[in-house]
Amino acid sequence: MSAVPDRVHMTLRVNGEDLPVSFAPYKTLLEVLREDLNLTGTKHGCELGECGACAVLVDGEPLLSCLELAVECEGREIQTVEGLARGNELHPLQAAFADVGGSQCGYCTSGMLMTAKALLEREPAPSRERIKEAIAGNLCRCTGYQQIWESIEQAARVMREERE
Amino acid sequence: MKFDTIGKPRRRVDGRAKATGQLRFADDLALPRMLHCKLLRSPHPHAQIESIDVSRAEKHPGVHLVLTGEQFPIPYGIMPVAQDEHALARERVRFVGDPVAAVVATDEQTAGAALGLIEVKYRPLATIASPEEALATPEPRIHDYGEQGNIHRNQSYEFGDVDQALAKSDHVFEDLFFYEGNTHLAMEQQASLASIEGDGKLLIQTSTQNPHYLHRQLARVLQMPAAHIRVIATPNGGGFGGKCDPGNHEFVVCKAALILGRPVKICLNREEVFYQHRGRHPVLMKFRTGVTKDGRLTAMHLQTLLDGGAYGSHGPASTFYTGVLTPVTYELPRFKFEACRTFTNKPACGPKRGHGTPQPRFGQEVQLDKIAEKLGLDPAELRLNMVTKADSLTASWLHIGSTGLAECIRKVVEMSGWKDKHRKLPPGRGVGLACSTYMCGAGVSIYWNKLPHSGVQLLLDRSGQVTVYCGATELGQGSDDVLAALIAEALGIDPSFIRCVTGDTATTPIDLGSYSSRVTIMMGNAALQAAGRVREQLAAAAAEQLDTLPERVRFSQGRVYAAEDPNKAMSFVEAVALAEGKFGTLGAVGSYSPPKAPGRYKGAGVGPSPAYSFSACVVETEVDPATGWITVPKIWIAHDIGQAINPVLARGQVIGGVYMGLGEALMEEQVFRRLPAKLSGALVHRTPSLLEYKSLTSLDMPEVEVALIEDPDPNCPYGAKEVGQGPLLPVMPALANAVFDAVGVRIDEVPITPDKVLHALEKKAKGEAPRVGPESFPAVPYPAPIFVLPPWEDGDGNEVKKNDASAVV
Repeated sequence: MSAVPDRVHMTLRVNGEDLPVSFAPYKTLLEVLREDLNLTGTKHGCELGECGACAVLVDGEPLLSCLELAVECEGREIQTVEGLARGNELHPLQAAFADVGGSQCGYCTSGMLMTAKALLEREPAPSRERIKEAIAGNLCRCTGYQQIWESIEQAARVMREERE
Repeated sequence: MKFDTIGKPRRRVDGRAKATGQLRFADDLALPRMLHCKLLRSPHPHAQIESIDVSRAEKHPGVHLVLTGEQFPIPYGIMPVAQDEHALARERVRFVGDPVAAVVATDEQTAGAALGLIEVKYRPLATIASPEEALATPEPRIHDYGEQGNIHRNQSYEFGDVDQALAKSDHVFEDLFFYEGNTHLAMEQQASLASIEGDGKLLIQTSTQNPHYLHRQLARVLQMPAAHIRVIATPNGGGFGGKCDPGNHEFVVCKAALILGRPVKICLNREEVFYQHRGRHPVLMKFRTGVTKDGRLTAMHLQTLLDGGAYGSHGPASTFYTGVLTPVTYELPRFKFEACRTFTNKPACGPKRGHGTPQPRFGQEVQLDKIAEKLGLDPAELRLNMVTKADSLTASWLHIGSTGLAECIRKVVEMSGWKDKHRKLPPGRGVGLACSTYMCGAGVSIYWNKLPHSGVQLLLDRSGQVTVYCGATELGQGSDDVLAALIAEALGIDPSFIRCVTGDTATTPIDLGSYSSRVTIMMGNAALQAAGRVREQLAAAAAEQLDTLPERVRFSQGRVYAAEDPNKAMSFVEAVALAEGKFGTLGAVGSYSPPKAPGRYKGAGVGPSPAYSFSACVVETEVDPATGWITVPKIWIAHDIGQAINPVLARGQVIGGVYMGLGEALMEEQVFRRLPAKLSGALVHRTPSLLEYKSLTSLDMPEVEVALIEDPDPNCPYGAKEVGQGPLLPVMPALANAVFDAVGVRIDEVPITPDKVLHALEKKAKGEAPRVGPESFPAVPYPAPIFVLPPWEDGDGNEVKKNDASAVV
């Protein structure tokens, strides 16, 4: 029987940077991001995979960081809300959420943004129905979702215009 | 009135921080040498604590401290008349989840493991699961205070002789309704970080809506001068009333930090948030309402019975709110209101968005639909014919200032195509209409005092920077944005030049907190007073330079100029520098207290408000008769907001309120079940998780069309009324009425679930009354009413003897 080490040391690739970090091996990606890398932009609402607040992108796909062990993320491309802005300029999704009411208390916002980013990378012009489906796993108690749909639609328009 | 900032859609001042993840919520904070705390909670719904042995937990490696009720002899409670909680239970636990001990350790994992080493011996007591059981079971008492037995509050008011008026009515409608409890479910779990600052004083940074009330309670429980305690309300990840009460965990981490001299943090897990609760009271209601044959109200007798849960919380206020706002929407000549709140062995109920009023509003608005049906009247016309008037009094002596209710009704009728739809859609489809009102702030504070309800301080310097300080707290509703917008408008500058410092008892003037939809009105009026004072100084200094009179100086778009000649101008920054030179360091304070209410009877303090908002809503439904499934394709709502400050946020509040109301109407319920006897027989929460406590997802939410009705209220800053709570209230009855229009069955209780619809359809098919809802109302020992004559019966707002009054009338 091999002993479980108190801490493991590895390098995680987060927002395009290689970050060396050591942590207890039972820790989830959520915990390591927040507690060991001080990236507290990723939130938690249940830590049971029920609310979507902790969604980050791993290899481009939305993933609930509260259900993923950090030790399984070595060598994978992790994106969090902290890496979304382009320098000091907000990503079009961030600007839209701030401008058209997609963010009220802001607690679900990071998970919404990352989930929406994955959607818009796959589908630059999603229908309202596709947007509703994409964020169906992200709970929001403030907005009633409508201004979130509108924020994502506005960001999609801006991003399409940028490409043209 | 022409505005620079007010009424224009704009990025909220905290929008960027929220969209970048930079906003620091309580659990995002960390300090060097920080320890972590976990609470041990009772597995019994009602039990005597015979002994607690913490010795094994104390010896566990990594454990720094174990606390029990012994360290917390002093009780607390949000209301002075309900000081019935201890941070950790001392002799008695009263619900599954009641905290009994706390462990502080190097990390959460260790603290959690040590909880398992604490040995508590309990002696289980009889459990009370419902108000009916509470009434039937006076012993054992859950608390040794209250009215009698397990009745916490019991009250009765009568405004004019109601039985007499009912006897003279063409029709009397008697209906029973039940509104199930539900919870706030804010996405942020409550978290708190307590530490000792360099000056030796205690600091707690915590998810709270009411830092001022928490501050007072901490001073009391910890027996420390309030001046040695600093409460910072961190931005809340949603509140909805759930972060109004002081929480056990807040006292525990403060005590631990004081003992250990190290920072101590706690974050409740989601299950614990369901136990902290303080959410919607389950309420059983009985309405006896008299109407004339042309559909005007003559009198109403309303009885309510509340399931309060295990502690007082805001209960005394909640009990009042199940009745006091009922007469505000429609002219009601006489009104009798009896209310009773019982203790039960469940998490304490308290204030949730709409506080005590959604329940009776549901009953009232569904009953009106039945009245319209019976009398063959259009439900919208019925309501339009009897809306209360501006600048009028209710039978209960509430003063209504402005009202846009008629305009709201007309607007939703037009937007929804009501006249082409109601009673005209094919079977299975229907529309329902309902209205509501809400306070713009409670007229009196939670503890009795004559002090301002809100204070604002402004600081300006030669750089042109304006810093505004206020104790108000940001929940997501946009209180910082409102504050910045009002000051910006008053000083004629862009909101981005304003820095908001809020929710910090060490640095900001007192604001009572983010509850009762009071912030825009009370903080706003205080802010405008402060801004007005600063503007006088700026105008005096600028007038000299501009060669005009101070009263002719105007402030707009970052410029300060003479009204008679806009070319005689300077920049705002120059004006500030001039004023600083003339008067010295620039600043001002403002404060606000609500106007005195006209009612003078005991209890008249609950219900008065500087202004009332009004809403009208139409819900469309499709009901599948085979499954009972309810689909809502669209909702229209008009809200009388007085004046929108930032329409983006105002619209967001309206849609968010509709969303929460629709969730309550269709699925949300905080309900309990007994475990099988072989497990313990305990009364436990049925669904203490985000997955099983059903709420609407993005896929379930219909489109909401919003109309903001703007009729500025003179008591409100730039006329702006509340929008945070009102728009939730008409949704539940509008949905119930739409279900009736679709399939002809009445579901007289919330939530309206497919099984209830199916059951009612089965009854309808069998020729029985097509209704699902409560069948009886228990005998509640309500006291003799406080009798007050309405304003139109020569009353003066004081209590009178009923018999004398009846002889006169």
